[in-house]
Amino acid sequence: MTPASTELAQERPRVAVWKFSSCDGCQLTLLDCEDELLTVAERVELAYFLEAGAVGDGGKGLYDLSLVEGSITTPGDLDRIQDVRRRSTRLVTIGACASAGGIQALRNFTEVEQFLGIVYAQPQFISTLEESTAISDHVEVDFELRGCPIDKNQLLEVIAAFTNGRPPAIPGHSVCVECKLRGNVCVTVAQGVPCLGPVTHAGCGALCPTYHRGCYGCFGPSETANVAGVAVELRRHGMDEHEIELAMHTFNTWSPELRDYPPSAPTPTGEQP
Amino acid sequence: MLSTGDDITVNHPEEHDSESDDDPSGSSAVVLGLDGLAALIAALWDRGYRVVGPTVRDSAIVLDELLTADSLPIGWGDEQAPGHYRLRRREDQARFGYVVGPQSPRQELSPQKVALVKIRRTADGFDADAVDPTPAAPIAFIGLRGCELAAMGIHDRVMIGGAHPDPVQSARGADRFVVGVDCGDPAATCFCTSMGTGPTAGAEMGPDNTETADLRLCELIDDDRHDFLCHVTSKAGAEVMETLEHRPANTADHLAAQEVRHRAVQCIEKHLDTDGLADRLMAVPDHPRWDEVAERCLSCTNCTLVCPTCFCSTIDDVGDLAGEMTTRTRVWDSCFTLDHSYLHGGAVHATTRSQYHQWLTHKLSTWWDQFGESGCVGCGRCTTWCPAGIDLVEEATALSRAPEINR
Repeated sequence: MTPASTELAQERPRVAVWKFSSCDGCQLTLLDCEDELLTVAERVELAYFLEAGAVGDGGKGLYDLSLVEGSITTPGDLDRIQDVRRRSTRLVTIGACASAGGIQALRNFTEVEQFLGIVYAQPQFISTLEESTAISDHVEVDFELRGCPIDKNQLLEVIAAFTNGRPPAIPGHSVCVECKLRGNVCVTVAQGVPCLGPVTHAGCGALCPTYHRGCYGCFGPSETANVAGVAVELRRHGMDEHEIELAMHTFNTWSPELRDYPPSAPTPTGEQP
Repeated sequence: MLSTGDDITVNHPEEHDSESDDDPSGSSAVVLGLDGLAALIAALWDRGYRVVGPTVRDSAIVLDELLTADSLPIGWGDEQAPGHYRLRRREDQARFGYVVGPQSPRQELSPQKVALVKIRRTADGFDADAVDPTPAAPIAFIGLRGCELAAMGIHDRVMIGGAHPDPVQSARGADRFVVGVDCGDPAATCFCTSMGTGPTAGAEMGPDNTETADLRLCELIDDDRHDFLCHVTSKAGAEVMETLEHRPANTADHLAAQEVRHRAVQCIEKHLDTDGLADRLMAVPDHPRWDEVAERCLSCTNCTLVCPTCFCSTIDDVGDLAGEMTTRTRVWDSCFTLDHSYLHGGAVHATTRSQYHQWLTHKLSTWWDQFGESGCVGCGRCTTWCPAGIDLVEEATALSRAPEINR
């Protein structure tokens, strides 16, 4: 190694990737950056990334950028996220679990003890919290990257932005914008397909509508999501109340805009049986 | 392109028809058969144009490259209502039997994403190279309606008519060729007659409106005929027409076209009272209707991104991972995003109510202050393509009336 490249290596931002309660899919998105992975590795020091076998300093160092996957679901997680925050100059959550509590936050609507008895033969060995919560419920988060899973190009943009000291160019508008930028015809208006796109955060590049399917809301609510408004449209296109409730409660069920759906207030029509 | 004042004549290859009579508008009129239409599209390609026109894709009629006349939406019509669009089979084999789809010439003249500058880091600073916006070929549009011609004129005046012409739109619109088509079967969402832009392709244009088609077709279909009355309205149009097989138009042809126009006007049921509308809308910032529409509005941006006159864009500077290269890209934006009105401290239009107020009053009121004309051409796209089915005419009409008591 030449002296110049050694110097460069020492200057590289140190990046750590952390896992909490999650499926590892968002971490895998980083490994799926096949064409760009060498550039990533040149640009940053992957100082701790267990999914990639990079044990490095065992997660005991200090990091310029921490990418955090997963939600907080155990007492151990509560302590560990504080430790991660202390070690990190910038902390970015990756994915719906870390940003909104994930699909596992469905348990927040019921009694977790019930699941323990059903799932585990020896539930007394399980130590878990009542709720699955987002990282931002526990520590300050510098940026939340949405998606279940996250989008590869958005992840690269976040890494490029944070390691170059600029804000990431990741808009908070709806998936409808992405459909129009691709030249897609609206599946709801032209085909009557129910779609969460109008209230869903952009980022996937309008993947499902491009293949004539309605948006499932993987990226969670957009910046000014009108959840009650879109429910009216889902109803108009044939979904019943139960189906609408299921559609709202998926990967981002515990996001503040969705967790209270359906509102407990009387129905808009005011009709009572 | 049309140059006003030019003497436009078409040399007819065959004997002059004694019955022919020219249209009172001064342009010369001929009749083109179905073969002639196919030959027109082929001739435009031959002359070096990239021909863009209507075709069926994704359950709608979209604008795309039209290699031959076979790609036209033959026998297709559309059914439109607020929040509703469906293709429908027509009983005839009309080529232009639909109204307008979700797209417009805007996407060709000012595409969704355009790279403007590429910036490269150098040893002692950076190099910036402007990206040449000149397209490989000038564009020939087929089948544009009166409302779309009006919208193109608005874009020309806004984007390239001022002191700082937009290089992208200037380059892409240069030397374009336009084949307009009279609307024969308007949709339930159309209100071009209120806005003075249709249903014929250019006939209603005011004296200041120089935007028009090079050729203006009216599709004539009955048991005995299927052809097109074609007004030749520019020198470029006349030059192309001379290479095509056609005959001079006669009185019967003009009468048939008048009948198409008459039927189309009868079809248009939607009416926007534009008299004093600009002032009436600006006078009611506290009208409860704004709150009601904001409850329905999803701030999805669809109305703005299908609108043929909306022109807002944002600038994205996206750098590569190595920090060596940045591309400055212009991307369509909408007043229904928070970033659109973001200033120091936050978004000016931070609520859906505020966003909708900004959009509707800009289209119908402040556009007049800014550009001396309406920002709405009455095409109805915002209404059809709103997933919540919010109807511009209905909202503007309700807002310009006093609120109901005990609402």
